[in-house]
Amino acid sequence: METTEKKKDIITQLKKDILRLEGFKPQTEGKEVSFGLGMLEKAFPYGEFPTAAVHEFLCDEEEDTASTNGFITTLLSVLMQNQQSCIWISPFPQVFPPALKNFGIHPDRIIFIQLRRDRDILWAMEEALKCNGLAAVVAELQDLNFAQSRRLQLAVENNRITGFVLRKDSKKISTTACVARWRISPLPSFTEKGLPGVGFPQWQVELLKVKNGQPSIYKATATPKGLIVKNLENNQALRDKFTLTQTGT
Amino acid sequence: MQKRYLSLWFKQLLTDQLTIANPSLTEVPLVISIKERGRQSVKSCNNFALKQGIKLGMTLADVKALVPDVVLEDDVEGTEFILLKELGEWCIRFSPIVAIDEPDGLILDITGCCHLWQGEVPYLRELLTRIKEKGYQVRGAIADTAGAAWAIARYGKEKAIIASDEHYYSILSLPPAALRLENSLVQRLHKLGMYRIENFIDMPRSVLRRRFGEALLLRIAQAMGNTEEFLKPIYLPEPYTERLPCLEPIRTAKAIEIVIQKLLEALCERLQKEGMGLRKAVLTCYRIDGKVVSISIGTHKSTHHIEHLHQLLKMRIVNIEPALGIELFVLEASGIEPVEITQQAMWATSQESDEQQVAEVLDRIAMRAGKDAIQRYLPQEHYWPERSIKKVNSLDEKPAIPWPNDKPRPTHLLAVPQKVLVSAPIPDYPPILFVYKNKRHDIKKADGPERIEREWWIESGEHRDYYLVEDEKGKRYWLFRSGHYQADQQAQWFLHGFFA
Repeated sequence: METTEKKKDIITQLKKDILRLEGFKPQTEGKEVSFGLGMLEKAFPYGEFPTAAVHEFLCDEEEDTASTNGFITTLLSVLMQNQQSCIWISPFPQVFPPALKNFGIHPDRIIFIQLRRDRDILWAMEEALKCNGLAAVVAELQDLNFAQSRRLQLAVENNRITGFVLRKDSKKISTTACVARWRISPLPSFTEKGLPGVGFPQWQVELLKVKNGQPSIYKATATPKGLIVKNLENNQALRDKFTLTQTGT
Repeated sequence: MQKRYLSLWFKQLLTDQLTIANPSLTEVPLVISIKERGRQSVKSCNNFALKQGIKLGMTLADVKALVPDVVLEDDVEGTEFILLKELGEWCIRFSPIVAIDEPDGLILDITGCCHLWQGEVPYLRELLTRIKEKGYQVRGAIADTAGAAWAIARYGKEKAIIASDEHYYSILSLPPAALRLENSLVQRLHKLGMYRIENFIDMPRSVLRRRFGEALLLRIAQAMGNTEEFLKPIYLPEPYTERLPCLEPIRTAKAIEIVIQKLLEALCERLQKEGMGLRKAVLTCYRIDGKVVSISIGTHKSTHHIEHLHQLLKMRIVNIEPALGIELFVLEASGIEPVEITQQAMWATSQESDEQQVAEVLDRIAMRAGKDAIQRYLPQEHYWPERSIKKVNSLDEKPAIPWPNDKPRPTHLLAVPQKVLVSAPIPDYPPILFVYKNKRHDIKKADGPERIEREWWIESGEHRDYYLVEDEKGKRYWLFRSGHYQADQQAQWFLHGFFA
């Protein structure tokens, strides 16, 4: 009996070592930030949202992109708490800064960079990820291959800032070194019973891939007090769709 | 060594300057007027005006009555100082110590300078001729003391160069005003019949002090050289430039890198000492075939960080074509501004060092993408969505007004509103459905309308009635109707944005 206990300990220790070797480091002490993502954070190793990592978001349509930006902005509002700024690189100026105020950040603290070619965007993102003074870097890309994502991941591991990559073309999808692959799509808004009009935005948050974690589907509601996340895993139909996309890639 | 001073007097500095700028003014009476005690009077006038009877201090009304075709100019405060400084900087070629003597002169300490011109006479002649060539009327005098030189330059009748130790005799016959005295003091001396300096200069000091105060004694002592008179010399700003000549012509990128490193080390050391940083730098390379190539960099914040500047210049090395080789490098810095001195690494995440780091990253990106590619947005006091934000290039500019968040705004705003087909009940209900990109969207929930009027003082056109709508799949849009419903026309509907 005791030996199995010991073995378990050894195995968990080894697992942790492997994670460390793969670039996952637990949050440093005293820098604990709660994202208020609730159960969503459980999907990641150590049960916390990895900040020193590159996250990949798939968005095909304009509506999805708008939702993804909303979701990323709520994450940024937590990351930018200690007065740091953030760089947002995109080929076209699409984001409308005044709207970001509703998600809890000051739009003037975001520095927008316009670059047309993917090559330039990747280069700029890598340069920005090497800078300790930033809270996060967001880049809108058409495509991302493994080598490119690996470079970004390496830059991120040294400097522990968060990178978000928005990919426009999800048909050309391939394996990447990113820590997680997300897809955010809009759901009917949340309204209190009987109230007319459009309520708080709700999103379907699909965690398609998590390195060393548990992929799953959630429903997130953006209220002025923060995100409320619920699990949608119980829904069998969604789970089927999810496994299909997994095998499809 | 006996001190020697040269005093220059520009008799009509202001009018001369106007005449130089506009030569047609030489043959007309020109008057510069100043407003004092509620009336306009003559501050300065040219020789032509003097000949016609215009005097300094005359009221302008009298001048106009006397000379109807007079040309009048308003006095701009501080012009004299600017002109004198310019002339003084030019005079530094004659002596390293040049002081401005407001309102209309310069004083040069020429001790030990004249032998370069073979004596004081050719020295003075050369200086005066060259200033006269510029178009200024000037008188100059050399004496042992600044006070005596000043007196001779303005009131002296005989010779302009007073030999050593003769300044006492030379000023005896001059009026008391030559001692740089106040007007009231001069008038008091005149009242007592003292029209020449010799009348009172030998009086006992105690008598002079009791009658006329300490000021007169000080001026006499200065003219005699009994007290030291301190001049405030003009300093020429030293340009922030470093040069590096090479023994052998340089042709490789690596060598250029080393050159840049050396130049930056020298330049940044000086900047660091002065607490300054550069915003722009130009590296000019002189090739041995006589051509000149240059590269330039710019930074978002003033900096003297060698490593960072080296990196920026390194990115531009590819643009240098060395051809046969480069023999001289000149690094010139401009846009010198004070640097915010940051506390070094006491806490790893101090805000200033963050800002510095971000500025450095943006510099590198700007080198590749251009400065205009980097933008921040600030709110503007406009409701019209396209004008509600403004782009700024600086990193420090703070929003003048708080960001408004009382009205819903889309996360994506289309640059140009897209026309959509809509079926909507009148008068002002939200639409039931709309077609965008050949796709039909049934509207389940809606908010609005929010009317935004066009700003008529900027442009004319119809107002917009905005609706926030959500379709059956939960996608949220920002639609608007342009203008009112009209009986003979179909209403125009547009899609303007996407909500999160």
